[in-house]
Amino acid sequence: MNIQFRAPHLLACLAIALPLAASANAILDGYQAETKGTFSAAAGEKLYNTVGPKQLSCSSCHTSSPKNVGKHAKTNKAIDPMAPSVNPKRFSDSAQVEKWFKRNCNDALGRVCTTQEKGDFVSYMLSVK
Amino acid sequence: MRLITPLLLAALATASLSACAKYNGEDRGKPVMPAQSNAKWAAECAGCHMAYPPGLLPAASWEKVMSSLDKHFGTDASLSAADTKEITDYLVKYASNRWTASAAPLRITDGQWFKAKHYDKNEIAPAVWKRESVKSPGNCMACHSGADKGNFDENSIKIPQ
Repeated sequence: MNIQFRAPHLLACLAIALPLAASANAILDGYQAETKGTFSAAAGEKLYNTVGPKQLSCSSCHTSSPKNVGKHAKTNKAIDPMAPSVNPKRFSDSAQVEKWFKRNCNDALGRVCTTQEKGDFVSYMLSVK
Repeated sequence: MRLITPLLLAALATASLSACAKYNGEDRGKPVMPAQSNAKWAAECAGCHMAYPPGLLPAASWEKVMSSLDKHFGTDASLSAADTKEITDYLVKYASNRWTASAAPLRITDGQWFKAKHYDKNEIAPAVWKRESVKSPGNCMACHSGADKGNFDENSIKIPQ
């Protein structure tokens, strides 16, 4: 059998493969490798709305939808949207992501977040379209 | 007497000098913003608020601020050790060159020069500071639109409603 790769076929293959490649996230893959478990976008959404001991949640500054521009609770500074669907820079730099998880889990929840929670959270962010 | 007079004069001169030191020695630097910038300082500080010019506080203040970033005015603003060091070095290097007092406040707004400039003449009504457009005395940009570039020129002040 003689298979010929013709341009229309290749394009069709790319059209299928590209969205798959775009939904993969290296940071999420890293958490996955660490926990070996599965992540839940629903659990991530719950975490996003959890109010901690200082009466703060993620949504206090990032608003009820991660697609919105947020506002720093103390300084009023505008915060770029967190959902990668509207702000592709998000969840692309591991050092940035870890820096903000460290700070904001502490501020909002009064503790560090587990790798499972981070995976759930990123799954939720990636699911917001 | 021959010995005492010069001593007395010296003591008097010192006393009068320190009494006359502007803002009791708590003066911002000149310039407040160095010509030399630092990318880490600009990016990290401005992540949450205007990156305050180094000359607004003395070196000892910056050292205190930067060594307690995990408890930064009620917020965790911690950075990696490498970034903390780079930004501390920058702030300390260009800290106020006119600050002679030993006081090293954590807040820029606690410095004598700040209080003298903003509160002494009652030019700004207390209610102005509470406006949503101002929010806090730490929000320089509300009235000094060039503050992030070190421009606090009196003539360019616009107090928002």
